[in-house]
Amino acid sequence: MNQAQKEEYLREYSILKNQGKPFFPYAVAKDSIMAAIVLLVIMLLSLEFGAELGPKVNPTTTTYVPRPDWYFFFLFEILRVMRNVPKFTDMATIGVPTLCMIMLFLLPFYDRSPERLITRRPVALASGLATIVVIAFLTYSGANTGSPNEVDLSPPSGLTAAQVQVFRAGELVVGESGCGACHEIGDNGNNGPGPPLTHIGSKRLPGAIAATLRNPTAPMPSFANLAHQSPTKFRDLVEFLSMLQ
Amino acid sequence: MPKLPLLPARTRPARPGEGSGALDPIEAATEAGLTVVDWLDERTALSPGIRWLLFRKVPRGINWAYTLGSATLFAFLSQAVTGVFLAMYYRPSINSAYESIRNINDNVFLGQFVHGMHKWGASVMIALIFLHMARVFFFGAYKYPRELTWVIGVVLLILTLAMGFTGYLLPFDQRSYWATIVGVNINGTGPFIGPYLSDFLRGGPDWGATTLSRFYSIHMLLIPGLMAALIGFHLYLVTKLGISAAPWLNATEPEEVVEVVEV
Repeated sequence: MNQAQKEEYLREYSILKNQGKPFFPYAVAKDSIMAAIVLLVIMLLSLEFGAELGPKVNPTTTTYVPRPDWYFFFLFEILRVMRNVPKFTDMATIGVPTLCMIMLFLLPFYDRSPERLITRRPVALASGLATIVVIAFLTYSGANTGSPNEVDLSPPSGLTAAQVQVFRAGELVVGESGCGACHEIGDNGNNGPGPPLTHIGSKRLPGAIAATLRNPTAPMPSFANLAHQSPTKFRDLVEFLSMLQ
Repeated sequence: MPKLPLLPARTRPARPGEGSGALDPIEAATEAGLTVVDWLDERTALSPGIRWLLFRKVPRGINWAYTLGSATLFAFLSQAVTGVFLAMYYRPSINSAYESIRNINDNVFLGQFVHGMHKWGASVMIALIFLHMARVFFFGAYKYPRELTWVIGVVLLILTLAMGFTGYLLPFDQRSYWATIVGVNINGTGPFIGPYLSDFLRGGPDWGATTLSRFYSIHMLLIPGLMAALIGFHLYLVTKLGISAAPWLNATEPEEVVEVVEV
């Protein structure tokens, strides 16, 4: 906006403002009604849904569902979709939100036209609606994704029936332990921060896998407790991972 | 013929400098409120500011969409109040955080209700802040002269999301713990400040005993303090610059301007 447009705006605004009503009590009345509605909605949500508490933290194992609150579903979904393209995962999880933030911050500085009526701002209308649709879609699909700790793989061919049984048992332990939160296993789990485990059996010997499970690099939790408390589960876990060729 | 009742002789009011200037008790009692306000105003000179805040005009054509900002503020205040009550019972240590929340839910009077209000209030506040932002965007209200108000609003949006993120860990159940681990690790992959940010959040390279109290302190001291200050600045700018007019209204010269005044 140039100086003339600024002065034109200020002049028109002062006329509209002078034709208005005092903030108190007219606007305050509307705001108070709205505040009462907000309080009522919060109370009803609390009464209806409460604040249930999940199982207590257990950094070593057991089932859990690492899901964010609904307002982070869109980020969660970007992460889930982009994990198949490791090259772009960081760009998607950090780059896209950062870019969106910068675009939001700078909005008044790149959109400098004096026009305010949305029907005469086609670019703003289109990009605003597109943003809403994209966020709504990502939130919706983020909300409908299966729990990331479900692991479902088809066992490699050429296994004996007993080996398939171990495979299935190990798969269950992997799901319960929530490895998928940080590791990708086939089509399951998140790509990162841990390395993908899809072909871990061809890269590490069973002994090395067991050693890593007992003595992992942070932030991966140690599975030494599991090995101590239920050696069968631990053995299934190691054998399952070794079968991932 | 009875004598006409004469008005009692009136005493001459004291000249300035004469007498004590004290009011009689009944008169003083009826004016107690005014006296208190005068006393405060004599010392603070706040009344012009309050008049400036309350009796400014808002442009004509203001509709319900304009209440979204104050609704967001109200949700923030609700979060502050319920948060204070939760903080009375919450213990931010890895050994007792979960039990203290369990205690709030099961034993404290109205505990689960207030906990639920805080939990759902967060969702309501985030929904309202996005709706408020959409209103400002589609009404073009971020344009001159309100650019700075918009920038502060975006900072407040990010801080509100940060509140959601830091608060999510505090109940310290499985869901919150693992979701926060994933979130902090995502932070760590960011360029330049990413690793420093996740080290700051964890209180070191690993999750430790202080991580939870760090999140708690950020959640209830650092970010709310910043938010309160920025909300104050945001509201100052809204009052100073005036609430934006509805974009579909055209300003017409009021008739009074051209009215002929008879002398």
